[in-house]
Amino acid sequence: MYRGPRWAEATEPSAAAEPEEIQVPPPPFTEGAFPCSDCHDPEIPVNTRRRALTMAHQEIELRHDEAHRWCLDCHDTDDRDVLHLASGERVPFEESYRLCGQCHGDKFRDWRAGVHGRRIGNWDGAKTYLLCVHCHDAHSPRFEPLAPDPMPVRPARTR
Amino acid sequence: MSTEKKQRERTEGGVTRRDMLCAVAGCAAALAGGCVDPTHTGFFQEHFQELGKEDLARILGKLERELSGRFGKDVKFGTQEARPGVEFAYALDISRCIGCRRCVYGCVEENNQSRDPQVHWIRVLEMENERGIDFEGADPYYDAETVPRPGRFYLPVACQQCRNPPCVKSCPVGATWQDPDGITVIDYEWCIGCRCCISACPYGARHFNWTDPEIPAESLNPNMHYLGNRPRPKGVVEKCTFCIQRVRDGRYPACVEVCPVGARKFGDLNDPDGELRYLLEHKRVFVLKNELKTFPRFYYFYGL
Repeated sequence: MYRGPRWAEATEPSAAAEPEEIQVPPPPFTEGAFPCSDCHDPEIPVNTRRRALTMAHQEIELRHDEAHRWCLDCHDTDDRDVLHLASGERVPFEESYRLCGQCHGDKFRDWRAGVHGRRIGNWDGAKTYLLCVHCHDAHSPRFEPLAPDPMPVRPARTR
Repeated sequence: MSTEKKQRERTEGGVTRRDMLCAVAGCAAALAGGCVDPTHTGFFQEHFQELGKEDLARILGKLERELSGRFGKDVKFGTQEARPGVEFAYALDISRCIGCRRCVYGCVEENNQSRDPQVHWIRVLEMENERGIDFEGADPYYDAETVPRPGRFYLPVACQQCRNPPCVKSCPVGATWQDPDGITVIDYEWCIGCRCCISACPYGARHFNWTDPEIPAESLNPNMHYLGNRPRPKGVVEKCTFCIQRVRDGRYPACVEVCPVGARKFGDLNDPDGELRYLLEHKRVFVLKNELKTFPRFYYFYGL
């Protein structure tokens, strides 16, 4: 019985194997937003109550499982300049893919293999992985429609 | 030609086609025998004898100087050969493509395609979800405010870099061939413009320069390859080369990097850890017009 190419048997996607180090460009912060601790003074006690924001960040419209999620599910309460995983482990914004990968494991696997998302650089060597948030707005990840480039000119007699 | 007519031409001092061919064959034999007379190189077109490294450098230097002068820019010419053991392939995620045509114009810029008349190596087809992949109902001229349009999907088509390329078989002069890394290339100096390859290609991937291509000097890409994106003369055929000037240097093709939704994937099929192999193993993959047995190196897949 033909079971597909031989190399298909041996290689299962290995999400467990931690890659050496993933090169990413700087995360796409809003101008002047980082470091967050510039405004979020650690001395001021954090209001962890779920509420409509009125003093800042009103422009953020959360459309990412908003019924179940809120700011501090991803942003760390005590150190505002980092994110945190469900386990409580803190991760810098440069490794935000680990946070996203907690729920979107299939996409995370594909992204690491280079099949989901964007990479630039060399096919045979050093490449830069664009973070999830370079394409998806973390607060509203669905893609917005965009204007296409102009349609081609219909062929005419050019002779 | 009748015998009388031939006789007449001879006696009148004309040269018949037969005489000419005999003379040429004689010369070729003399060259093969080792008595290389450099004055004959022009007569044979410079490519007729195998080019040495120095000859090649001389020819490329001349082309570089010509182009640099024409466009007022420092043009760099590459002749990187296929890397041994590498087989390129491409994959496009049609579940993600939104039909924005960024790849089309990214390709034009990178590969010095003519702006007027317009030559596009990539054609993005808009199709209806209900009809599925149906080339008859496909529309490359969709004009939308925003994409993707509801109820439609998008299928960009360029050269499929077939393993069994009908275009190569149809070329009467051997001006197009498949390199060992899988890229089918065209020698623009050899192409006679007969367009047999255009009619042979089932994917509409080859394009003809009906007039002198027009490329604005300021947007000329000076990083060129002899078999790739150097400005083409009038009367030759051109097509996608997987950005030969980039990929033989190890870089990704321009369309891969420009795609805003990451639908385009490129890599080496012989690399067991490459993205192409992962994709072929784990995704639903298909090729266009499978029934024609062209065996494309360009795959389409559903990434969702």
